[in-house]
Amino acid sequence: MGIDLPLIWAVIIAFGVMMYVVMDGFDLGIGILFPFVRDDGERDVMMNTVAPVWDGNETWLVLGGAGLFGAFPLAYAVVLDALYLPLILMLLGLIFRGVAFEFRFKAKAAKRHLWDKAFIGGSLTATFFQGVALGAYIDGFEVVNRSFAGGAFDWLTPFSVFCGLALIVAYALLGCTWLIMKTEGRLQQQMHDMARPLVFVVLAVTGIVSLWTPFEHPAIAERWFSLPNLFWFMPVPVLVLLCTYALLRSVANNRNYSPFLLTLALIFLGYSGLGISLWPNVIPPSISIWEASAPPQSQGFMLVGALFIIPFILMYTAWSYYVFRGKVTVDDGYH
Amino acid sequence: MFGLEALDLARIQFAFTISFHIVFPAITIGLASYLAVLEGLWLKSGNTLYRDLYHFWSKIFAVNFGMGVVSGLVMAYQFGTNWSAFSDFAGAVTGPLLTYEVLTAFFLEAGFLGVMLFGWNRVGPGLHFFSTVMVAIGTLISTFWILASNSWMHTPQGFEIIDGRVIPVDWFAVVFNPSFPYRLAHMATAAFLATAFFVGASAAWHLLRGRDNPAIRKMLSMALWMALLVAPIQAFIGDLHGLNTLKYQPAKIAAIEGHWENVGDEPTPLILFGWPDMQREETRFKVEIPALGSLILTHSLDKQVPALKDFPPEDRANSTIVFWTFRVMVAMGLMMILTGLWGTWLRRGERLYTCRPFLHLAVWMGPSGIIAILAGWYTTEIGRQPWIIHGLMRTADASSGHSAAQLGFTLALFVVVYFVLFGAGIGYMLRLVRKGPKIDEGKEASEGGPGQPRTPARPLSAAEEGLEDGETDTLPERS
Repeated sequence: MGIDLPLIWAVIIAFGVMMYVVMDGFDLGIGILFPFVRDDGERDVMMNTVAPVWDGNETWLVLGGAGLFGAFPLAYAVVLDALYLPLILMLLGLIFRGVAFEFRFKAKAAKRHLWDKAFIGGSLTATFFQGVALGAYIDGFEVVNRSFAGGAFDWLTPFSVFCGLALIVAYALLGCTWLIMKTEGRLQQQMHDMARPLVFVVLAVTGIVSLWTPFEHPAIAERWFSLPNLFWFMPVPVLVLLCTYALLRSVANNRNYSPFLLTLALIFLGYSGLGISLWPNVIPPSISIWEASAPPQSQGFMLVGALFIIPFILMYTAWSYYVFRGKVTVDDGYH
Repeated sequence: MFGLEALDLARIQFAFTISFHIVFPAITIGLASYLAVLEGLWLKSGNTLYRDLYHFWSKIFAVNFGMGVVSGLVMAYQFGTNWSAFSDFAGAVTGPLLTYEVLTAFFLEAGFLGVMLFGWNRVGPGLHFFSTVMVAIGTLISTFWILASNSWMHTPQGFEIIDGRVIPVDWFAVVFNPSFPYRLAHMATAAFLATAFFVGASAAWHLLRGRDNPAIRKMLSMALWMALLVAPIQAFIGDLHGLNTLKYQPAKIAAIEGHWENVGDEPTPLILFGWPDMQREETRFKVEIPALGSLILTHSLDKQVPALKDFPPEDRANSTIVFWTFRVMVAMGLMMILTGLWGTWLRRGERLYTCRPFLHLAVWMGPSGIIAILAGWYTTEIGRQPWIIHGLMRTADASSGHSAAQLGFTLALFVVVYFVLFGAGIGYMLRLVRKGPKIDEGKEASEGGPGQPRTPARPLSAAEEGLEDGETDTLPERS
């Protein structure tokens, strides 16, 4: 055997989803923070801090969808079926926001507020339903005969709704620290003031989700709290607390870059925690990546293309961010 | 909901989202090749007119490309959300093909699109031309993959069924399945023609308003050469495609022809018009030409064409629909050929650019290619019914089983959101067209690139024009 193709594809897709969360997280966060910033000039700056990079996220979202289809068709079929409504609403939110983003630049001043509202609404809708989908995914799906056997509204639970709200806060923090890094002056100051309370809220919701999950799912509790696992996984919550502390310190010390980087670390830790809870299932609670995987002829065929092209996409992404380093100011908007 | 079953709604929803989507890639494919030709002519002749046209159309290309990406996002998920049983059954074949399609598109975006849209002043003319050509080829490679997937669903081969699921055994056979070469040629040519008529209509529109410059004339002239040369070729490819369909999906041909039964040994007539009635199992009010059906489809005067009654009722496609969608497509094709011929006639004595009746016709023919594409797709896809994968899986067994209420709700959302957003997008594209190509506009190419405000990841940023008329107070982007 040698090469474990399902594992490789699980890693590629997990990586793609994480790239998506990281890269779309902060620009969805900007949409969430938009209502708190009233000044038109500052809103322009907020838009300009993500304009050169925001579309990259779409790459990973489409790649994740298509990759899942090819590599784990069963998971693609069951999960997308079960999450029909939240996913459609999320996609519509993303489309709305994407088009609003572009047309805001091209609209006349008098009409711009309409596109602003579309941008805010799209960002909130997309984030909320992404969180709901995530919560429902953790809750797992009833599968009979290789197809989803639950009801149309199984995804709608107190837990999934809470996850939706939690993701809004988490993305708001990402957006907030991104703006601390990319802006200066009054806007940066405002973000500074918002960061501290946001960190506490994020810590609280992370704690609640982290406790709620094992409480509802004995298998996940077993994964975390049995020995010796407890010792192996202990670093995750410990690092979360350390990161949060460091994040609060860096905000207090008026740091520019570290708040964003530490928030990214927090997101990454949360993502790892999720991975630990669900591994090796691609359809929680019980269908593993090997059971749901496409035959090796399919996964191998796709891998050739993916290994050739994903490095290009990564290099291009890195280059974009490198070119776009530094602060964005109000003056930048004017030629 | 309106007497429609959940299955119908799932199909309508998929048809709606993909019909919106297909228009953008089709124009992308056509414009990319058109731009490559324009740039090639500019480099070869040094005539600035080609350069100006290149810059004019590249903005429209960029906006159109952006719309294609946004509407494509939904498509990556629609297979699973609406057709989960199909996705599980055939995902091992169609999933990798779809993945290759998106990988190709992203590869383009990450590489050559940036140089093409924003690198005019940054790289040498040779490298820029190379990038444009690569983008044009790339759009065709994307077409290649997605049509391989679609064609496989019409004429599947190269697979085995193990444990009730499709397992690919020979990728070459999967990709180069029997209907693939014809479908690819037919679709790519359709994209070229749709673009040519869009370009031609734009030129005619300006000429009718008295805006006349050599660039506008060149646009019309090039579009009409395409119509003259390529529309007949398309008819020929379509004929070959039809013969291929007759061989592999005879029930589809019978439905397209509204042909219910063969009488004795008589050759099959061609029904020009009529109303195929699925309940009464006959085509009512028909106008037919004896033996012409046999002549066209079998290229003989005695062989018969399979008839709908040769197939059990549950294996027949809805003839009422495909009979007419097919005729709409053919009518568009014939009109294109006629437009090409008339245009060529008018070239004598330079009347092409002044003959108002002809210019009006050219404007009206603007959407003809897009209508033909949609009608053609409806013909082939509805004609494939009741199968989602011909002979392997029925559409009724492929769906996710959402309730009609749920599907109706999301369909209504799609309709509202798509008309608002893509309506705005198409409106913006037409605005750019209305501005018309300006002499020397290619002198000031917009700058941009990865990590810059104008970036290939945001193709819409390539166009600077505002959404509305009036003073240009569009938001300045960071430079």
